Amino acid sequence: MASYNLKVNGKKVSIEADSDTPLLWVLRDELNLVGTKYGCGIGQCGSCTVHVDGVATRSCLLPASGLEGSEITTIEGLAKDKLHPVQHAWKALDVPQCGYCQAGQIMTATSFLKQNPNPNNEEIRNAMHGNLCRCASYNRIEKAVALAAKKMS
Amino acid sequence: MENKNKITFSRRNFIRTSALASGGLLIGFNFFNSCKEAAVPPVDVSKLNFNDFNAFIKIADNGYVTIFSPNPEIGQGVKTSMPMLIAEELDVPWEHVSVEQGALDTENFQRQVAGGSQSIRFGWDALRQTGATAKQMLVNAAAAKWGVDASSCTASDGIIKNSNGDQLSYGDVVNEAATLEVPEDVTLKLPKDYKIIGKDAINVDIDDIITGKPLFGLDYKTDGMLYASVLRPPAFGQILESYDASEAKALSGVIDVIVIGEKARNYLNQEKFDPSAHWSVRLSESDKVVVIGKTTWDVIKGKKAIKAIWKNKSLTESTELHDKKLNDLLNGKEFDTRRSDGNVKKAFANADKVIERVYESPFLPHNCMEPMNFYADVKNEKVHLVGPIQTPEAAAKVVASLLNRNIEDVHVDMTRMGGGFGRRLYGDFVYEAAEISDKIKQPVKLVSTREDDMALGVYRPAIKYKIAAAIKDNKISGYHLKEAAINSNMYGLIPHFFPAGAIENYQVDTANYQSNITTGAWRAPYTNFLAFAEQSFIDELADELNIDPVQLRLDLLKEVKDGEDPNIQYSAKRMSDTIKLAAEKGNWRKTSDNVFQGFAAYYSHNTHVAEVVDITMKNGQPSIDKVTVAVDCGIVVNPTGAKNQIEGGVIDGIGHAMYGDFSFENGQPQDVNFNTYRLIRMKETPIVETHFVKNELSPTGLGEPGLPPAGGALANAIKAATGEVLTKQPFITSLKNLQTDLKV
Repeated sequence: MASYNLKVNGKKVSIEADSDTPLLWVLRDELNLVGTKYGCGIGQCGSCTVHVDGVATRSCLLPASGLEGSEITTIEGLAKDKLHPVQHAWKALDVPQCGYCQAGQIMTATSFLKQNPNPNNEEIRNAMHGNLCRCASYNRIEKAVALAAKKMS
Repeated sequence: MENKNKITFSRRNFIRTSALASGGLLIGFNFFNSCKEAAVPPVDVSKLNFNDFNAFIKIADNGYVTIFSPNPEIGQGVKTSMPMLIAEELDVPWEHVSVEQGALDTENFQRQVAGGSQSIRFGWDALRQTGATAKQMLVNAAAAKWGVDASSCTASDGIIKNSNGDQLSYGDVVNEAATLEVPEDVTLKLPKDYKIIGKDAINVDIDDIITGKPLFGLDYKTDGMLYASVLRPPAFGQILESYDASEAKALSGVIDVIVIGEKARNYLNQEKFDPSAHWSVRLSESDKVVVIGKTTWDVIKGKKAIKAIWKNKSLTESTELHDKKLNDLLNGKEFDTRRSDGNVKKAFANADKVIERVYESPFLPHNCMEPMNFYADVKNEKVHLVGPIQTPEAAAKVVASLLNRNIEDVHVDMTRMGGGFGRRLYGDFVYEAAEISDKIKQPVKLVSTREDDMALGVYRPAIKYKIAAAIKDNKISGYHLKEAAINSNMYGLIPHFFPAGAIENYQVDTANYQSNITTGAWRAPYTNFLAFAEQSFIDELADELNIDPVQLRLDLLKEVKDGEDPNIQYSAKRMSDTIKLAAEKGNWRKTSDNVFQGFAAYYSHNTHVAEVVDITMKNGQPSIDKVTVAVDCGIVVNPTGAKNQIEGGVIDGIGHAMYGDFSFENGQPQDVNFNTYRLIRMKETPIVETHFVKNELSPTGLGEPGLPPAGGALANAIKAATGEVLTKQPFITSLKNLQTDLKV
């Protein structure tokens, strides 16, 4: 067990963890940021997606010990004073069913739109292909990403 | 089920009122009892205390309404749609209504029972009556204040008016209303006057979901809570022989390694144990090794470090064995006959031609995105359980029996659930959590990895159908369906679903093979595969009879007289109208040459659904572009939520028909995570377009009925494109072998 200094949602935090502890479990069990979800633990489902230096990253495989100096953003830190346009779009189109995977979907979408602010449908489908939704709210996720892009441009 | 507009409310005793100390009116009612068919007061209600109710409507003195619902959400939207029914009849603006999950740990929410897929159907009358009764109390209070007759007053949008032009808001009279008798007669609105029902209402938990608030079982924590990870036998049929925990115990975050299983075995071996009375019980007879630790990661690592040796206790089965057993059953003579019309034997003997097909489906895991987990705190005086479970009452009963406690001392609280699909009807993980906490005398959260979850059992059973049709004078004169399934067979009225009633000589037979692999309900149980088999078969019959497949279905439905056979629940008229709407909106057989279409229509869970699938062929493989769906679910309470359910159900049906595969070798599941187990993803999904049949009939459920027709409609589209008849799921296996000699 060792001590690490992380920056999560703009705040500096010091954590105690084994060097192999994935960021996901540091967020959930140590920092009480439970919006980031566990789904598979092997980077296949996307439920655990967070931003590391602005880039969508699977937190279930990423040891927290290597993240000193990085800016980590979770779903809890996405909305600053008001909801992010992607969150607005999710609400406007009533996307979630059970809701469990949606934080990961939103984190993937926000990072994608930063890189590609004006995507076509095929690009949206490619970008979101790595995030599973067992309730299959895929149609609405696709439309919400397009709506957010439109609102942000 | 016609709508009744004037209802004498004979169940007033389900409602009690009270003034709130802080000002305002509190109305207690019984959410789930109200939603059961033929609900009756459980006891002498005059003796009930306030905490005997499990749901409350609070009307504050500013007129704002809070509905406290004990109903947890699996994703089917009832936490939004059921309060809409109350708000409609209470007649308050939806913007003034908030819906709260009953707080955990309060005495007020002791009697929770999960709603199930019939919530809206059974809640329709009761919840509207509750809202209308509350409104009448407010009107009566205002009338008393004015000294006028209540019948001369009206109420709308939270405002009460009298014929003199006076008006009061609901908030102005809540304190007076709290002191009045509960009225017996209430009048419900006519559908044309609805202001909330039929309008889109966004999921009431949307803000919490999109900002990542703790909602789910896995998010629940208490101070001092420990984590537990359970090592179970890797194969069905095996039990623990011995284990070495020395390496695990050496890890810094591991607190202890224990063994559980004794209490479960005692429970299973009870003399009076009757598995049919404990349908939510899924317990293994093996000992299990449990790692207790400080964090989730500690127990995941700890479990990997355990060295266990397992031994075979009973047969360790393989998919090859299941195939053989089910084929033997289908070809054998040992069946239960579940429906029999006319004389099938004679019809087949006299046939001009007989067509026969065998359809095959594998086991399927549920794969809820939130893996199974539960919190247990077993103390000397009481047992507290918290987590995602659809059957809390059954779970409490089993835990009380396991731990030899009084049922009154076992308290279960439900959280939001990260998917259900049937899996969370079974409480195996609740019983394990309770046994662990009982042993370590500390609050503990049982967590499952995806690998644990997928190997835990309670699968959709593998099933095979053999369907034969007799053709005589270019008509279907006989129909014989045989089902061979693992562990159990189609239940309830399923043997009487379409095309039962439409064919003179008709028979449904079932048989099963008893396996030690645990199975259970999976979204749209049985019909999730039966509909594929029948709807594919009907398409082939249409080819044989040289008639359009939509027309064949309509012709068959003409043979059915609604109301004649009490076992037949589907309506020929409603089904025909649904089929016509799907064909019209889906441009049936009017699309361009490169688009191939497939059709299916099915009735399940009291809802009629028809689907048109459009595919195009790309590099020899189908691209599933669009599904047009027509649905008759009666009045659509919340259109956005209703469409969401249909979109999800259709894509789920297509995804599992295309990719869902799950096999066993030596009792061991061959896939345990998403690297090899394939679920449908965004690039593979069609656009789903949903249309509702407009009527004023009582609403029916939507969580399941969209799924069953999807696989058949897709198979029929693939047949139209390639000539290939798909009889085995998942389709992807057959499509890989598909030759590129296409019709295109």
